[in-house]
Parts: sequence; C-alpha cells; structure tokens
Amino acid sequence: MLKFITGHMSTIDGVSIYPVISFIIFFVFFIAITYYVITMKKSYVDEVSHIPLDDDGTMESSEQLFSDEQ
Amino acid sequence: MEVEHFYYDNRIVKKFALATMLFGLVGMLVGLTVALQFVFPQMTYGVDFLSFGRLRPLHTNAIIFAFVGNGIFTGVYYSLQRLLKARMFSDALSNIHFWGWQLIIASAAITLPLGLTSSKEYAELEWPIDIAITLIWVVFGVNMFGTLIKRRTRHIYVAIWFYIATWVTVAMLHIVNNLEMPVTLFKSYSLYAGVQDALVQWWYGHNAVAFFLTTPYLGLMYYFIPKVSNRPVFSYRLSIIHFWALIFIYIWAGPHHLLYTALPDWAQSLGTVFSIMLIAPSWGGMLNGLLTLRGAWDKVRESPVLKFMVVAVTAYGMSTFEGPMMSLRNVNAISHYTDWTIAHVHIGGLGWNGFLTFGMLYWLIPKMWNTNIWSMKLANFHFWIGTLAIMFWTLPMYWTGLTQSLMWKEFTPDGYLVYPNFLETVTQLAPMYAMRAFGGLLYLAGFIVMLYNMVKTMGAGSFVPEVAAEAAPLEKVFVKPAGESLHRIIERKPMAMLFWSFIAVAIGGAIEIIPTFLIESNVPTISAVQPYTPLELEGRDLYIREGCNNCHSQMVRPFRSETVRYGEYSKAGEFVYDHPFLWGSKRTGPDLHREGQGNQNAKSNLWHLNHFYNPEAISDGSIMPPYPWLITDQLNSSNIAAKINAMRKLGVPYPEGYDEIALEDLQFQAQMISDDIMNDPQGVEISSDREVIAIIAYLQRLGSDIHNAEEELPLK
Repeated sequence: MLKFITGHMSTIDGVSIYPVISFIIFFVFFIAITYYVITMKKSYVDEVSHIPLDDDGTMESSEQLFSDEQ
Repeated sequence: MEVEHFYYDNRIVKKFALATMLFGLVGMLVGLTVALQFVFPQMTYGVDFLSFGRLRPLHTNAIIFAFVGNGIFTGVYYSLQRLLKARMFSDALSNIHFWGWQLIIASAAITLPLGLTSSKEYAELEWPIDIAITLIWVVFGVNMFGTLIKRRTRHIYVAIWFYIATWVTVAMLHIVNNLEMPVTLFKSYSLYAGVQDALVQWWYGHNAVAFFLTTPYLGLMYYFIPKVSNRPVFSYRLSIIHFWALIFIYIWAGPHHLLYTALPDWAQSLGTVFSIMLIAPSWGGMLNGLLTLRGAWDKVRESPVLKFMVVAVTAYGMSTFEGPMMSLRNVNAISHYTDWTIAHVHIGGLGWNGFLTFGMLYWLIPKMWNTNIWSMKLANFHFWIGTLAIMFWTLPMYWTGLTQSLMWKEFTPDGYLVYPNFLETVTQLAPMYAMRAFGGLLYLAGFIVMLYNMVKTMGAGSFVPEVAAEAAPLEKVFVKPAGESLHRIIERKPMAMLFWSFIAVAIGGAIEIIPTFLIESNVPTISAVQPYTPLELEGRDLYIREGCNNCHSQMVRPFRSETVRYGEYSKAGEFVYDHPFLWGSKRTGPDLHREGQGNQNAKSNLWHLNHFYNPEAISDGSIMPPYPWLITDQLNSSNIAAKINAMRKLGVPYPEGYDEIALEDLQFQAQMISDDIMNDPQGVEISSDREVIAIIAYLQRLGSDIHNAEEELPLK
C-alpha cells in the first residue's frame, strides 16, 4: 500500500497547475455564494436567524417537574 | 399538525460540563507546572515522568482534547437538541461517547508521562489510542446525524453547519496524520518520512487549531451569543459567507508552519497566500459575533456571561489577525521557533477558547440547575483576574520572543555573532519566564474561583435532568417551495451539508497533500545520506520518548545568522529516513540538526554524558533538566529486529536479513562509545548497555552524513 502512496502519483507533471485550478474553483464558488446571499429574501433570513431565540419548544415551568430532587 | 411531546436530555450536557471543569483544572495545573520548570529547571529532579519533555504534550493534549474537547461536546449536546427540537438520537450513544472520550483522556494522561508518544504535535498519542479516538468520533457522528435526521425543524441553523464541518474534517485529519506502522503495542513509526511527514503533520496541526479549537467554538458563538443577548445574529447572510470561506481557506494554510524549512518553496508560498486570505472570513465572523450585541451593550455591563464572550470573540479577532501576519515570510523569520508563537496560541487558548467556555458555563449551569449564578461578584472577579492573567501571560512572552530572535540574529560590525553562545539568549529571558508563570497562576486562580462559584450554584439549585418540550414533527411529504436555490436545499439537508463540507475541505487538503506524495521527485536524494544504525535508531526513539523535540529543533534555516551559528542549512534530502520527522517548532534550547560528528558544533561523547547528567554544571544557567535516569537505566533493545523490519517495510533500505544481526551491530557500536568515554583524559566508566549511550550515538549522527558527500550538494 505504501508503495502505491509514495510511488504511484510521482509521475504527475505540471503539478503547479493545481493551486491555480483550486483558486479558480474557490473564486467561482465564493462569487456564487455571495450572489446567493445577496439575493436571499429578507423574510427568510429573519426566520432562520431567529431559530435560536424561538421558544425551543420548552413548556412553561415544566423544568421543576422533572428535577432530580423529586 | 399535532404536536409531539418529548424531553431534552440535560444529563449528558451535565456530564460533559463537569468533565470540562475537571480537565480544565488538570490541564491548567500541568500548564503551570511546565511554566515553573522554566524558572526552576530542577524542580522535578530525577522524576522521569514529570520532566518537561513529557509534561508539555500532556498540557497541550489536556487543554485541547480534554478541556476544550469536553467544552465542545457540552455546547453541542445542549444546542443541537434545542436547535433541532429533538432529543439526542440515542442516550446510549451519548453515554458511550462521554465515557469513551474520558477513557481516551485517562489513557493519554498515563501514556504521555510514560514517554509513549509518536512525537507529532497534538497527535502524540500512540496507535491504539488513535484507533479508540476514531471509533468514539464515529459514535459522536452517528449520534449527531441521527439527531439531525429525526429533527423537527426544517432548516439547519448555521451553528450546526460548523458542527458538521468540524466532525468531517477532524475525522479526515486524524486518520491521515496518524497513519503509522505499529512495532509494539505502544510504539509505532509514522508512515511518512521527513519533508512529507512534516507537511502532513502541519496540515493536521494547523487544522487541529482550525477545526477543533475554532469551527466548533464558532458554532457555539453563533448559538450562545444570540441566546444570551436575546437578539438574532447580526447578519445571517454574513454567517453563510463566513462558514464557507472559512472552511474552504483554512485547510490550505498549514505550510505556514514550515516557512524557510526544507519544504519546497511553492508549498510555502501557498501556505502564506491562503493565510492572508483567512483574515477576511475570520474577521467577518468576529464582527458578526460582536455586532450581534449592537444596541445591547448595556447588557454587557451587567452580565459576566457576555463579558466573557465579548473578550473571547475579541481575542479570536486578535489571534486571527496575528496568525496571517506571522505567516508573512519576513515576520515568520523573526517569530518562528521563539516564544512569540507560544504567546500567539495563548491569546487563542486563554482568550478565545477559555473565555468562551467560561461564558458558556456561567450561563448553562444556572440554567440547568434552574437557579441564578450563586455569586455575581465572584463571576465578575473571575472575569477581571482572567483578563489580567492573559495580559501577564502574553506580554512577557511577546517580549521574550522578540528578544530571543533579535539576539539570535545580531552581528558585530566585524561580522561575528554578538551572542555566539546560545545560552546567553536563554538566561536573558529568565524574568519574563517568571512573569509568564505568574500570569498562569492568576488564570488558574480565576478558574478555581469559578469552580467554587459553580459548585455553590449547583448546590443552590436543583438539577433538571429532563426538559419537557413540544413541537410539530416535520411533514412527511415536503412541498418544495418554487424556485428554491441550491444552497437553501443544502441548508435543510444535513447529508448534503456533510458532503459539500467534505468537498470543500478535501479540495484544499488534496492539493496540499497530493504533491507531497510526489516526494520522490520533489526531494533531491543525497546519496551520502544513509539509514540510522540500530543503536542510533534506539537513541532516536529515546529522543522521542523524552520529548526532546519540544525544546530543540532539527532544522537549520538558510539564514546567515543560523549557518554561522549551527553550520550548513538543512536540506530536504537529509530527512528521507526520518520516520517520523523531528524538526520541532520551538527553540528553548539550540537547534540540534548539526550537532553530529563532522560539524562545527560537534562535542565529545564524554561532554554529552556529563551534559545529560547535569546540564547546569556544563553550561552555567542552562534551564535544561538533568536526565539521570538515562545513565542509570539499561537500554531495552529487545525490539530492535522488529524496529528494523518496520523501517524496511516503510522503505528504509536496510539490507535483507539485517534484522538478525542488528543487535550485534548495536552492541558493537555501544561498546565503542563507552570505550571512547572511558579513554577520554577526564574519562569515566560507563557500561555500554545504558540508555544514554544510544542517545549519544544518535546525537553524534545528526546532520553528519552530508560531510561524506563527494558530489556537489543539490539545492533544496
């Protein structure tokens, strides 16, 4: 297995193209995300950003009922 | 639709919270101990398992994986259930995760002081524990994704994306970096050697910071800051960009730990460029956290929880600005190998991770015990003493780092080093090391105050193990909104999120790592470089056991100040048989790569023996601890055949059947060294079967092969 890892890919030429390709991938991806974010609907953004604040489904004063002491 | 009734599991959160507090105490106590060893080098004289080289990995592992690790799980198990309106997928898995993790911590606490280490920073644990970590990590993953699947909310809040990215990336990093060839139950050799090993290690090491100390805590930030201040995150849009940009870029930046080393130049530049780019998402995230409090700053004045969180996020901003700056080659030339790096990580550790954990605990414990913080005064006291402690800790270390570096590099007008003796640059720093220990003491004191306050809080309230909740289940048939974008789909599909997060980190990882598999063509072979002799190999394993690499580098950088001080700069081809690499990351003592025979700094065997026995007697003011046990203990060479065979399997060219005569060779070389020590004019008698003989053999070999080279040395 080790031979495969250390030897198999040693014939790749022009490896320096990798960073360029990945930069392009990243750049395009970044632009796409930015476009998506700008065009998000405000109502949706409000809804999602309130997820942690919404009553997390806890019932009022239920906490006491289940305490260890009882 | 009818609502469902269910309970949130607080028991597992409580367990992880208690473990966080316990291991915070342990990790900080060990930290204070190692800080004091800089001031009183002989304070643990003769106790091998308390020597600095063994305790330092214990400190880093305890803080990262025990304190922060348990802190992550505390926050994740609390917030995940509530953000998804679902109980954890399986209580059994939660408990296996908890106890498994604590067992791993316990085994680390035993094996590291015993010197059972792979030497790779933050991945020191030996292979059986690595496997256990992998299994427990899978348990955590199954539990998390099980919960995601049975959730009652459609969309997955941004905090959870960070948890998902953390899980998948840590899994990838851990497995790739810990590939090793076992020799015995607690001894293994890294599959990679030299430059390749260094690159894999720092790809891991950097991203252990990124995906263990940063992304999960950003998730916690995105949950707890809005929750505590009772207002939504400043910009949800920004958080989406923050997430993708951060995980995409972070994975690339690892090579910035290896600037000016024997690593190929293109990889170094890649690390620098991506490190600079990291400022953007990091600061976007920091501002997003801080601006969440816009219009609510009055709450910060009253709430110690928010105070801790504000300083935490500010510390995050500071260290994520400092990090990219330190990745610039000209800055790195000064900062690397000095205490500047140590100051940098402690802004992150004490400020970002520590303070966010404290803020979270001050909020969670009263909440889960259904009471208020027992003493606001003590909580505020903790905040102030902690903040002061960070100052006391880091400022002397910045001073130390710059002083060290400037002294290393200073030349007289005639072109000689002003401080040719490395020791002068160490003794100069003594007052700063004492101040740092004082800073650590303050931080620990604040932490103990918090523990007291929390114990009192728990006593005053009553624990709520199960919190009743209700929510409507997800509709079985989901009507897709028209015109839904791709990202919005990902936001409600956890497996898609997992997949795309993995792709994002794998692209960066692959591009960084694949070229290292081309190492044969990237690393010019130096024909004079030969495998270690059996005795040197044993000596090298002792060097690893004692953690010498925690204070000594083996990498002479191509600077005039270093070649004048140490000799020829290090070439990539010199490390091809180094499984694992031992370049180190800090020079508390001098670099050792040109310590061997044939180099300008080479010493006699007797000098090394005396130096191990009592460094201070040889070098007045040295802060290296004595190693008397190396002289009294017999070398265990019973595994030498297995070690030679393991190395052969890894590609080190020992001749066929060499394992059978290795022991004979070992004894022969040991006898030569012990004879040499006895025949020295000031010689002493030393039996050839002592550990110190092996480690001397290794040191005498360091960086000496190139002097046997007949041909012109290749440039790196």
